[in-house]
Amino acid sequence: MALLQISEPGQSTAPHQHRMAVGIDLGTTNSLVATVKSGAAEVLPDITGRPLLPSVIRYDANGVNAAGYAAQAQQVSDPRNTIASVKRFMGRGLDDIRTTYGEKLPYDFVDAPGMVSIKTAAGVKSPVEVSADILSALRARAEQSMFGKDGGELVGAVITVPAYFDDAQRQATKDAAKLAGINVLRLLNEPTAAAIAYGLDNAAEGIYAVYDLGGGTFDISILKLSKGVFEVLSTGGDSALGGDDFDRTLAAWAAREARLADLTPVQERCMLVEARAAKERLSDADATFFSLSLDHDRAAGLHVTRKTFEALTEKLLKKTLVATRKALRDAGLGPEEVKGVVLVGGATRMPQVREAVGTLFGQKPLTNLNPDEVVALGAAMQANLLAGNRALGDDWLLLDVIPLSLGLETMGGLAEKVIPRNSTIPTARAQEFTTFKDGQTAMAIHVVQGERELVADCRSLARFELRGIPPMVAGAARIRVTFQVDADGLLSVSAREATTGIEASVAVKPSYGLADDDIARMLKDSFERAGDDAQARALKEQQVEAEQMLLATQVALEQDGALLNAEERAAIDALSEKLKLANAGSDHHAIKAVIGELNRATEEFAARRMDQSIRRALAGRKLDEVSL
Amino acid sequence: MATNFSQNHFELFDLPRGFAVDMAKLDAAYREVQTQVHPDRHAAAGDAGRRVAMQWSTRANEAYQTLKNPLARATYLLQLRGQDIGAENNTAMEPAFLMQQMEWREAVEDATAAKNADALDKLLRDLREDKKLRYGKLGALLDSGADAPAVEAVRQLMFLEKVEDEIGASLEALDA
Repeated sequence: MALLQISEPGQSTAPHQHRMAVGIDLGTTNSLVATVKSGAAEVLPDITGRPLLPSVIRYDANGVNAAGYAAQAQQVSDPRNTIASVKRFMGRGLDDIRTTYGEKLPYDFVDAPGMVSIKTAAGVKSPVEVSADILSALRARAEQSMFGKDGGELVGAVITVPAYFDDAQRQATKDAAKLAGINVLRLLNEPTAAAIAYGLDNAAEGIYAVYDLGGGTFDISILKLSKGVFEVLSTGGDSALGGDDFDRTLAAWAAREARLADLTPVQERCMLVEARAAKERLSDADATFFSLSLDHDRAAGLHVTRKTFEALTEKLLKKTLVATRKALRDAGLGPEEVKGVVLVGGATRMPQVREAVGTLFGQKPLTNLNPDEVVALGAAMQANLLAGNRALGDDWLLLDVIPLSLGLETMGGLAEKVIPRNSTIPTARAQEFTTFKDGQTAMAIHVVQGERELVADCRSLARFELRGIPPMVAGAARIRVTFQVDADGLLSVSAREATTGIEASVAVKPSYGLADDDIARMLKDSFERAGDDAQARALKEQQVEAEQMLLATQVALEQDGALLNAEERAAIDALSEKLKLANAGSDHHAIKAVIGELNRATEEFAARRMDQSIRRALAGRKLDEVSL
Repeated sequence: MATNFSQNHFELFDLPRGFAVDMAKLDAAYREVQTQVHPDRHAAAGDAGRRVAMQWSTRANEAYQTLKNPLARATYLLQLRGQDIGAENNTAMEPAFLMQQMEWREAVEDATAAKNADALDKLLRDLREDKKLRYGKLGALLDSGADAPAVEAVRQLMFLEKVEDEIGASLEALDA
């Protein structure tokens, strides 16, 4: 428990110990890792100085063949084993992907239960595993850069996700980090991360909009920045709309113009690579040459003007503007009330995007920051804060929201909203259900996410079976189901029967995402491949946790030991000693068990300390008012 | 213990119980509380500490949203006084209000069918003006302890909020 880390700098037992934490922007096209060094956030480049890691992994019979630029270079020659833009498949089934992208992708998909997988030379890979391989590459880069040959341990990472990611996509991202051996301090919404980086660097105050058009996702967030508080007022977007779609549209046009049909996967990939390059050239030039040298013996091409490109992609741009206006309405604001518009994501380099956003808000968007790096920098700042490295006065609070409503299936296939979109997280809501048959002992509950009225049009998140309801006459049972969304935007559900107090067991069957068994299997697979020792890693993890727990308990006792009576104090002291003893051994199960005991024993202490800190804070406010 | 989950929302933020709430004070108190309890402040804590933080932060969000929104605040005040809004089992409404209600709905439907965004915008402004007057009256009713008429006023405002949502949805559909 109770590691209420309210310690002031200098009061910590190890005041000069800087805990290494990183921010990771796990992007559709490119990924980055950043950290805070001597007070300033910076992106950690690879050994040749390149800041980006293309989000591409190539597999061969031995596993990962290449990651990043090296993998990207192989995507035209080996498209089936070279997985790019895998973020678009996170938490998605085959049907979703077919509906969104058609049959155009070069991969050999397998419709695994829950989430689509891809057949590669290294076996069947889930998008979670591919993402884990990207994260592992970033982790290795960070550890190399921060600790060098001496080795060292990362405390954890803040990993960014599109604000518009639903529960399944968020869960999949967290699973990928777990698989890569990364302790996730927080999942952070990408536009919010950008707002932190921008806001802190510019001491910004007021209403800001963050327009984030990445490789595969679009987010718009409206935030209120004041006195160190970043409050998200509303968010909106499209988790399947990004720069990739502009490429695809241009490639499809070029194929039509040149009357090319039945392209092979290699040729398809060639067209997309050229389309992206042409798109980038059109950001500076009014016209460019679209090369169609699909076969080595023949060179051909098309002339494409910026005007043509803009006309082709107008619909995509309009979608982002519709979502932007909706987010403003949700925040109850007009465009004129927005003080600044921050552009994020490589796709915002397109001149038509800047112009359209500028027109909507009636002001020139802010572009004095690198749209590729700002998300990773913000994530690094938040990671540094969460790792406990904040300095006095250099402190802020983040209040984010849930992007899509959570609901339940009711009679007739209708979705009833339980938690509306744009609710500040963490948030919870309880709902009561009753039985409709005499003696009924089980009940099925279907949780969905989305804004549409029909369940069929929303995303199915999970189906729950409530079992063990005591037999009663129809309508007598009162089953209270609590939906809790945590600060990562992730949902958990618990249920209890109110008249008897019996806790109904909840069987969670995620419709998308992975079951714990799948994660365990993947972990085992990856250990076997890497020759790693799962036991040693589990022990190390428990030891780190035990040390954190002991430190936090000690700090809490030093500060607020007076809140405990002698008996309570003795119990906590005894368990602390017991944990120290267990931690000197090598049985990770034993360490975990004592951590659990100490957690339970300090729960009440944690609650009392929380009460005290709230009372003190409000009392302090009153004194301020009096002195004014 | 002085602070606990049995406190009402006003007590949590140390504000006087009543319909009139000083928004600046509410905002400041909410931020003070979140600064203490938000899970980001307890990232290094163990499971129990993180759980306590999540519960408190959830509680603070719920209290803040309830007090910030005038309709939710009025409903909550009436609940504290033992008055049930009873939207489900008590649907008797003043006939004059029901008439006006139907007129609003028809106007929204007509403007939506005609794809007339300007007309919808005007309806929205008129509706907000009407709501403002009603909230003023509701506040007076609550202050004077006239609970039964206050319940009636709350239920009428619930209808109007729904109409406002419908106008918003229509404007959104026109925008897409």
